[in-house]
Amino acid sequence: MEFKKIDQKDIDYLISVCGEDRVFLGDEINEDFSHDELAGISNYPEVLVEVKETKEVSEIMKYANEKNIPVTPRGQGTGLVGSAVALHGGIMINLSTMNEILELDEENLTLTVEPGVLLMEIAKYVEDHDMLYPPDPGEKSATIGGNINTNAGGMRAVKYGVTRDFVRGLEVVLPNGEVIEVGGKVVKNSSGYSLKDLFVGSEGTLGIVTKAVLRLLPLPKKTISLLIPFPNLETAIETVPKIIKSKTIPTAVEYMVRDVILASEEFLGSKFPDNTSDAYLLLTFDGNSKEEIENVYDKVAHICLDAGALDVLISDTQERQESIWSARGAFLEAIKASTTEMDECDVVVPREKVAEFVKYTDDLQDKFDIKIRSFGHAGDGNLHIYVLKDELSEKEWKEKLDGVFDCMYTKANELGGKVSGEHGIGYAKKKYLEKSLGKEGMNILKNIKKSFDPKGILNPDKVC
Amino acid sequence: MEILVCIKQVPGTTEVEVDEKTGVLKRDGIDSKMNPYDLYALETALKLKEQIGAKVTVISMGPPQAKEIINEAYMMGADDGALFSDRKFAGADVLATAYTLSQGIRKMGNPDLIICGKMTTDGDTAQVGPEIAEFLQIPHVANVQEIIELKDNSIVVEKDMPETVEVADIKYPCLITVEKDIFQPRLPSFKLKLKTKDKEVPIYSLKDFNDKNEKNYGLDGSPTQVKRIFPPQANTDHEMWKGNSEKLTDKLFDKLEELKFI
Repeated sequence: MEFKKIDQKDIDYLISVCGEDRVFLGDEINEDFSHDELAGISNYPEVLVEVKETKEVSEIMKYANEKNIPVTPRGQGTGLVGSAVALHGGIMINLSTMNEILELDEENLTLTVEPGVLLMEIAKYVEDHDMLYPPDPGEKSATIGGNINTNAGGMRAVKYGVTRDFVRGLEVVLPNGEVIEVGGKVVKNSSGYSLKDLFVGSEGTLGIVTKAVLRLLPLPKKTISLLIPFPNLETAIETVPKIIKSKTIPTAVEYMVRDVILASEEFLGSKFPDNTSDAYLLLTFDGNSKEEIENVYDKVAHICLDAGALDVLISDTQERQESIWSARGAFLEAIKASTTEMDECDVVVPREKVAEFVKYTDDLQDKFDIKIRSFGHAGDGNLHIYVLKDELSEKEWKEKLDGVFDCMYTKANELGGKVSGEHGIGYAKKKYLEKSLGKEGMNILKNIKKSFDPKGILNPDKVC
Repeated sequence: MEILVCIKQVPGTTEVEVDEKTGVLKRDGIDSKMNPYDLYALETALKLKEQIGAKVTVISMGPPQAKEIINEAYMMGADDGALFSDRKFAGADVLATAYTLSQGIRKMGNPDLIICGKMTTDGDTAQVGPEIAEFLQIPHVANVQEIIELKDNSIVVEKDMPETVEVADIKYPCLITVEKDIFQPRLPSFKLKLKTKDKEVPIYSLKDFNDKNEKNYGLDGSPTQVKRIFPPQANTDHEMWKGNSEKLTDKLFDKLEELKFI
């Protein structure tokens, strides 16, 4: 693809739209904007623009479309697959400056926000109003725009679902600069193809989300977690299907191993409530009273003990929840800090296959002589598996990483899994998506992209 | 060794509202929990138990529902417990509370070591621990941040003073109050919950104590007079700065210096 390079005229235009203060060039662009959280690929945009309103985004897109300039939308840059990296330079639109919470509609149970509002701000805001926005990814400093674009899942997906299930409507700027609204405050919608659902998870390739109407739930009054130590990971994970089968619905079912807990203790400088066992399951239940939840978890606790759990530890106060969940939220950063470089596999497999897949990845450590760490959402089959570079040379690293990834994605495919559970495809996982979807599937994706963005200027080379 | 831990039931959230007219905490519909600082005291006792084999007993003063936290302590590994509960104890200030607890402790026997949390999250006074020790006429050290050594007849601890860290060697029987984070408190165990579900929580009242003079307890025994209770003012002042990282770093440095933080 040939794109136009940015020249002074383009800069003048961008300044005329946003003002000098919000247009950055060369050295003024912070290094952070050249990569995302996993710096596998990096490239600077030629110009970085901070936007404040939809009109600005629309004018920039219209101009870029006419001039054939590539545009990369960006939130907080916490992605892991390179979706928000300006591979072809061009204009990067920083949407984290569009960060107002616009409306809480308590009659329709919706929250209308701009794309740059952070996940943690949304959580706090709605909880102060006794409401819950259920999607709960580990990275709380991500923007809601980013979450919508990756269809982020997070830890409460077992019970509530993922971001797509909680987006009611979107305002989107199309690649040609036109602004459209899809979905709305309606609960049902059978009005033609669901464009809203197409934009969710499109990783900024079909349009730029400038406003979102999110669906809220009444806030459950009480949350209790169970931290369940097991003698080994296999026993822990094999217990998960038994829990699911018992028809109790936890909001979260996470698994974690001792090494990862120790890494997070070191990273955060604070102790986890227990680190004496090799593997743990972490379950959360919510409800309206302590008694109601106790009745539910009692059954699950017995299932776990019968399945070989060493004990079932109860976390029922704010302090106890924080001591567990702050560590859980920091696992990714902690693993990252414990090595020189890493890459991740975010596959999702059917839930009854989780144990088999985790065992398989564990065995790959010996086969490739490389360190692999994992944790994840055992309850929804979405795993986060990290391959660590440590002291390997660049050449060895690339070779081994390719080998390990090929094995993992092939295995996931065999088990009926998908390439990404929640982090998306971006640039990094394209070849695995091609393998998994096949030629026909990829053609449909490419044609969808073309119908939204005939010139291919919006976030080029991502997804398909 | 006999270790006794003092615990208290407090509101489950830190965002309790105060009725500005009556000065009373609005407790309706609010969960309660064990005072978070007491979890550190209990954990310290349980760690010492693991180390040298001690018997850990927990005590509390409060209404009958405070039994819940004694049960919770059983679920964490405490061997025994007791609740001091009597209408005549109601309305106690720090002095009357400490006196009641000291009477109760006498009733329980002669512990070698008494451990209290640094303070409670509802009263915030940090006085009850040391006052208990004064009533019992035993030595005490507050703000203990580390247990250095357990000797045959004494315990060596490190205490956190505002500007210094002091090491003290105190003879048993004695009382210490421990800082947050001395140990990470363990979580209650479901296995212990099943095991202790029928374990009794003895309740003692005024008639069980040596000193039965009502005037020394509750509101009557409290020299403190509360004139008004009001929530502290919350300060949410903030400034937003914009600029490049170099300028912002300089600005932050100047500000911190101006505020005498560095």
